[in-house]
Amino acid sequence: MAPHEFQYNRGFLAHTPVPLDKSEIDKVARLARLRIGPGEADAVAARIGEILAMIDELQAVDTAGVEPLAHPLEVRQRLRADEVTEHDRRDELLAAAPASRNGLLLVPKVIE
Amino acid sequence: MLHLSVSELSAELSRGAVSSVELTRACLERIERLNPVLNAFVTVCTASALEQAGQADLARAKGDTRPLLGIPVAHKDIFCTKGVRTTCGSRMLRDFLPPYDAWVVERLHGAGAVMLGKTNMDEFAMGSSNETSHFGVAANPHDLGRVPGGSSGGSAAAVAAGLCPMATGTDTGGSIRQPASFCGVSGFKPSYGRVSRWGMIAFASSLDQAGTLTRSAADAALMMRTMAGLDHRDSTSVDRPVDDYPNELDKPLRGLRVGVPIVHFAKGLSAGVEQGIRAALAQLEDAGATLLEIDLPNNHLSVPAYYVIAPAEASANLARYDGVRYGYRCADPTDLDDLYTRTRSEGFGEEVKRRILVGSYALSAGYYDAYYRKAQRVRRLIRNDFASAFEHVDVIAGPTSPHVAFAHGAKADPVQMYLEDIFTIAVNLAGLPGISIPAGMENGLPFGLQIIGPDFAEARVLNVAHQFQQMTDWHLRVPESAALEGH
Amino acid sequence: MEWQAVIGLEVHVQLATRSKLFSPTATAFGAAANTQVNPYDLAMPGTLPTLNGEALRMAIRFGLAIGAEICRHSIFERKNYFYPDLPKGYQTSQLQFPIVGRGSIRIECADGSERCIGVTRAHMEEDAGKSLHEEFANESGIDLNRAGTPLLEIVSEPELRSAAEAVAYLKKLHSIVRYLGICDGDMSQGSMRCDANVSIRPRGEAKLGTRTEIKNVNSFRFVEKAIEYELRRQREVLEDGGTIVQETRLYDSVLDETRPMRGKEESNDYRYFPEPDLLPVVLDEAFLEQLRSELPELPDSRKERFEAEYGLSAYDAGVLTANRDMAEYFEQVAKACGDAKLAANWITVELLALLNREQLEIGNSPVSAAALARLISRISDGTISGKIAKAVFEQLAKDAKDGKGAGDVDEIIEGQGLRQVTDQGEIEQLVERVIAANAPQVEQYRGGRQQVLGYLVGQAMKLSQGKANPAQVNKLLREKLR
Repeated sequence: MAPHEFQYNRGFLAHTPVPLDKSEIDKVARLARLRIGPGEADAVAARIGEILAMIDELQAVDTAGVEPLAHPLEVRQRLRADEVTEHDRRDELLAAAPASRNGLLLVPKVIE
Repeated sequence: MLHLSVSELSAELSRGAVSSVELTRACLERIERLNPVLNAFVTVCTASALEQAGQADLARAKGDTRPLLGIPVAHKDIFCTKGVRTTCGSRMLRDFLPPYDAWVVERLHGAGAVMLGKTNMDEFAMGSSNETSHFGVAANPHDLGRVPGGSSGGSAAAVAAGLCPMATGTDTGGSIRQPASFCGVSGFKPSYGRVSRWGMIAFASSLDQAGTLTRSAADAALMMRTMAGLDHRDSTSVDRPVDDYPNELDKPLRGLRVGVPIVHFAKGLSAGVEQGIRAALAQLEDAGATLLEIDLPNNHLSVPAYYVIAPAEASANLARYDGVRYGYRCADPTDLDDLYTRTRSEGFGEEVKRRILVGSYALSAGYYDAYYRKAQRVRRLIRNDFASAFEHVDVIAGPTSPHVAFAHGAKADPVQMYLEDIFTIAVNLAGLPGISIPAGMENGLPFGLQIIGPDFAEARVLNVAHQFQQMTDWHLRVPESAALEGH
Repeated sequence: MEWQAVIGLEVHVQLATRSKLFSPTATAFGAAANTQVNPYDLAMPGTLPTLNGEALRMAIRFGLAIGAEICRHSIFERKNYFYPDLPKGYQTSQLQFPIVGRGSIRIECADGSERCIGVTRAHMEEDAGKSLHEEFANESGIDLNRAGTPLLEIVSEPELRSAAEAVAYLKKLHSIVRYLGICDGDMSQGSMRCDANVSIRPRGEAKLGTRTEIKNVNSFRFVEKAIEYELRRQREVLEDGGTIVQETRLYDSVLDETRPMRGKEESNDYRYFPEPDLLPVVLDEAFLEQLRSELPELPDSRKERFEAEYGLSAYDAGVLTANRDMAEYFEQVAKACGDAKLAANWITVELLALLNREQLEIGNSPVSAAALARLISRISDGTISGKIAKAVFEQLAKDAKDGKGAGDVDEIIEGQGLRQVTDQGEIEQLVERVIAANAPQVEQYRGGRQQVLGYLVGQAMKLSQGKANPAQVNKLLREKLR
């Protein structure tokens, strides 16, 4: 077998990673409920820019006519009988909760 | 005794040379002595292990001869264990006590195995070096300055170091096979759907699969016989008969067609690994197999496709960690947003947060088609590549990883770390069974041969691996004692 | 300027399964907080969904009932957002391939004309839990009993043109799901919840105006009032030269107004993607055929049948078929008494008035179908008059209310001596007494004032305490006064 270049060396490394701009990072962090401190924003943006540059190699592939594959198993969903097999385990299950009272889970007051 | 295989230990237990309690105590003592340097276990269940071992001895005295009865096992800390802390390597679940057992835990418990404890791992299985664990990196028993691989690094290190004869792991992009390669053990990932994911903490649901870390393929066959099967609680658990893996091991290799992917022998593969893998392939040939070069033309797209699909699924799977129902909660939240944002920012480590951000980005409005749908289309191309190859070959074989274990801190750049899994990731995208078995050493460090089979050809993959191990002794090499016994 | 209302409804129907959509936990209403919750419902790590087959069958039955396309290969997707009543941080729903595709629902407008309202789609999804804000001073309490209850979200085309049409559509939907037995339809318990998308545009304008969404309105009456308020508000804003802000508004039934929702206002990016823990729901013909063959008769076809088979007016047939229990009650009465028109009259007038007065559903009617049929038979066979029958009916209702159990029509008639007097001799005596006591009126009648006869008949009836057969009285009076 002839030595062969790693194919990924051709693809993404040719790209120059572009850091995400701050507003995009902020938007995504907000969606994910994550906080990025002001000191780390640049580093985070640069790292994610590198990952996206690697991912961008996908754009070069022609996938016209190729059906997306969501799952390696191409089988159908099984159906469960409509039966109740769970009993009340509130005390056991709520024992894991960081804050609960009177059988309710607690969060800071929500204003609707 | 602590480097014997499961079947050998089972024989020793049967003839009464040792009891399960003695064997378990020996494991526990070794863990106590070596875990401070290996950091392979994050939780050790001394009392319950000895109690389970005692029960196994009683059962054996009454005539129970099941192969895993009384054999100690370690579970990757991604499997929920009822009443036993299950952390997933994260601060987020540092004190989480699940009220249920994972399917894998239930099955091994039901087969009489003795649970020693829970092993270290990359946080939420996101990593290839065990360095993202909240509990610190585990060490490679062959060289304490190097990583054991990841994410099932603790399990691989524990088996390699003789802390336990068998362990469970999970493999989303190589997380069983790569640490098996780095630690010199046998790491088996079954087909997607073969082992129920119930109670296994999700990273990327369409890729995650439970498997085994053992000293031999034969031991993997024993574990798999117990772990495989239909579980109605997991909609993706397949309803098809479980083959008798141990009984299929002895089939000779004559006439076997082995596909060798040209792309796995590219520049970048270390010379020693390449040489060793070629030698291993030659041995298969000597045993009567035929080697055929195959092309996997889209293999280079597996890492990019994976780093869209896995983070996207993870971004949703990890949304549940919000400090409300269980797990870490930040102190004194001022309002709901503060509760969510601070809990998640403090509870997750850097790599996990990075992947959640990438996944959220890939799914967000305007990018879904360009990233997620595109990656799913490429996923089909990758699966089709394997399907075409398996029209001509019975298994595919090549290196598990381009090189041997690297030093702690050597791969600080995430993209470089992601490329660690270049040979293993496509197998997850396609949902196929694969194993890594020790196939040589480079500078005193082991590396693995990866054998990949078609859908649900677990028996064939284990058979080929077992036959290789009948011809070689790489899997019997134990880490140089100096590294470990000095402590 | 003349404005046109453009209204579309999104109706969430709780499917009446015993267990949740993705877990085998009970769905009963009113249980103590968090007692109907399992590890999956709490989104505990490693837990996985399984699909309730009955929920799927119910959703398909609805699709078949409205003549919609059923998706042969539907998938579930994750809709991602953070909220305390959403434990997984995503709602498992359907976006790309909903189980039910395009269909339509026929409604009757105020002027009696009919319109077909397009249903865009209906998809399965899981309900959220409940946040309780009043329980504690500084915290909200979360109850996840409802989380995971199967919902069918039914989305209409923006084809409704008034609040009244919206209510007619909603009532028809209510009727269909009750006929199908897939939802109890109890809006006060949230079994059926309605969001309305409302906008207005100058009549003749093709472009849609900016819409607002009114969330979670929980009665037919409030849907009507909320939409009316919102239409009025939008008209006033536009006529004052303002612009409508696209937003979500809540209806306050006490103040009878809608107002913008606080919080939750940032624009959402739900990042839908296929739920990897569930596989595609693939349906074959045999499965669909089986469900189709099990469909009950639905309100529209039953209404047509009532008109044809029983000779009912379109109006009566409509009233009687709007509610499945009502229609079945009617058919029992009609069959047992043999006079469908009389049965229809009694039900639409007397029975409905009684139920209204007592705030009862037809299922709990104090007068059983058998009793009403017997009563009508007794009118038909001349045992009692229609007027006496009303008294018997009231007695039946009173007995039931007083807890005396189901009264017997014949016992009441006999016990209270209500049987109609048909004895020729008795009636003759009555008539003679009336003639003797009403000399001036008799004179007038004989002088040619025919309408006085009615007064004389009335006097005879009064004298008999309503029991005399009015036809006989009438006949005899005419003869005697000839």
